[in-house]
Amino acid sequence: MLEYRAELFLWALSGTLPLILMGVWTQAAQGGRFGLTPVDFVRYFLAVFLIRQFTTVWVIYEFEKEVVEGRLSPRLLQPLDPVWHHVASHLSERLARLPFALALVGFFFMLYPQAFWIPSPARFLLFLIVLVLAFALRFLIQYTFAMFAFWTERAMAIENFWFLFYLFLSGMIAPLKMFPAPVRQVLVWTPFPYLINFPASVLIGLPVEVGRGLLVMLGWGVMFFVWNRWLWRRGLKQYSGMGA
Amino acid sequence: MSTVLAENLSKVYPVAVKEPGIKGTLLHFVRRSYRAVEAVKQVSFQIEPGEVVGFLGANGAGKTTTLKMLTGLIYPSAGRVRVAGYVPFRRQADFLQQITLVMGQKQQLIWDLPALDSFKINAAIYGLSEREYRQRVGELTEMLALEGKLTQPVRKLSLGERMKAELLAALLHQPQVLFLDEPTLGLDVNAQVGVREFLREYNQRYGATILLTSHYMADITALCQRVLLIHQGQLIYDGSLDGLLERFAPYREVQVKLTHPQTEAELLPYGEIKHMEGPSVRFLVQRGMLTRIVAKMLAELDVIDLTVTEPPVEEVIGRVFRAGVVS
Repeated sequence: MLEYRAELFLWALSGTLPLILMGVWTQAAQGGRFGLTPVDFVRYFLAVFLIRQFTTVWVIYEFEKEVVEGRLSPRLLQPLDPVWHHVASHLSERLARLPFALALVGFFFMLYPQAFWIPSPARFLLFLIVLVLAFALRFLIQYTFAMFAFWTERAMAIENFWFLFYLFLSGMIAPLKMFPAPVRQVLVWTPFPYLINFPASVLIGLPVEVGRGLLVMLGWGVMFFVWNRWLWRRGLKQYSGMGA
Repeated sequence: MSTVLAENLSKVYPVAVKEPGIKGTLLHFVRRSYRAVEAVKQVSFQIEPGEVVGFLGANGAGKTTTLKMLTGLIYPSAGRVRVAGYVPFRRQADFLQQITLVMGQKQQLIWDLPALDSFKINAAIYGLSEREYRQRVGELTEMLALEGKLTQPVRKLSLGERMKAELLAALLHQPQVLFLDEPTLGLDVNAQVGVREFLREYNQRYGATILLTSHYMADITALCQRVLLIHQGQLIYDGSLDGLLERFAPYREVQVKLTHPQTEAELLPYGEIKHMEGPSVRFLVQRGMLTRIVAKMLAELDVIDLTVTEPPVEEVIGRVFRAGVVS
């Protein structure tokens, strides 16, 4: 049982890219020409770290294996959509991660007490809602790509390609505010910034258009949901239950 | 109404073909060629409620593909299927509540947890009440003689115990139609008998319909009044097991013990010699000629002992698998 716990701890640690970037950006912000203070950067990347902890999704890896190895079959025979197995495993893993993530945040504030802040309850509540939506959207998008496993057996390549855009356009590398205005105007209509930049900005109190943000998330969510169900139905006709 | 109805059921798989070697790989990358494999061809049969039917065929004959179409896992290329009145591929909840599929080589129990935990999940998925859950687990545990085994991690169970636990998990929702693919695969003789007895009891107690495949003929002879025989995707026999033997094995085995050994040439006129060891000889004799040949042997040879037996079922089935369609 020790392995599981050690693995969880390592997972939490491996999400530390935002913490490295935090160092880079705070250094760069000393000059003060970004419109964000060094403390803003510290809080932003801490928020990014937290959001990554709770929105990491791996359903495509599991799903692809299930399709290729035929392990999807027994689940198809149960009167419950197989997606709920994945949702349950993601949610329970979230819970298992929580203590590690919180401990890391606590440890962080011990090192940088000047960055400490407490968001207002209303803001925090909004953050939680946006965080849940961000996870749901990320899950839905990846699960939709996973459907291609019915045809290609290497659906992961799609996810890897998509991840490049996610990495640069979601705000993981830099806050959206740092992007040139024309780029930003396009990006706000894509799903990317809503997966990281939007919830992070809500949490640390950067100005955001909450209404538009929620609507765009909802719009993409509906679109991916419809696409997902359509692919699911077509994919099942394609499914031959290899080896099972 | 039949529980299982298949009419002209067919399944064609496209299979990518690749020549070996680098050239083949490049070609495969640029222009992939597919070959259509007809796994199941125009199969039709009906199974009535409460019947136990054996599904026979060599590896790759199309048994599993047919089972997958009957359970709704794969979409038939042509034909009509109804199971318990439903179209399987639609996978309506009411349909799924009534069927189960057990595959001997696949497991659904969670490896690191006790089987009871997996049962709990299944109970929740199938919407069993706490009372139903307890009553059914109790009843099935007793029928399967699994007392005391269900609280230890699944990986600590023996293969036989695990298979029984798999059966329990698959039957918790009390399905009326059971599709069993090699349920006794790899089990020792005792465990095989245990599973067999259990299936018989389940069939009698709940009136469930069972379609089962097995490579162990003992499973089939013990459980099935009727067998379906599939060869290269086509159904070539549907009827009683005895009828199958009559049709595909129109011969008997005659074993004689002589006072002294004789040469092969001397014995050949009596029938095909299957085995010869000193004065003991085993002949294969056409059924129609049996009495005449036996009378001739008794008259012309110095026979100490003579027995007539049916050839073993495995042997007959093996011959059918090898020879294919026998008209």
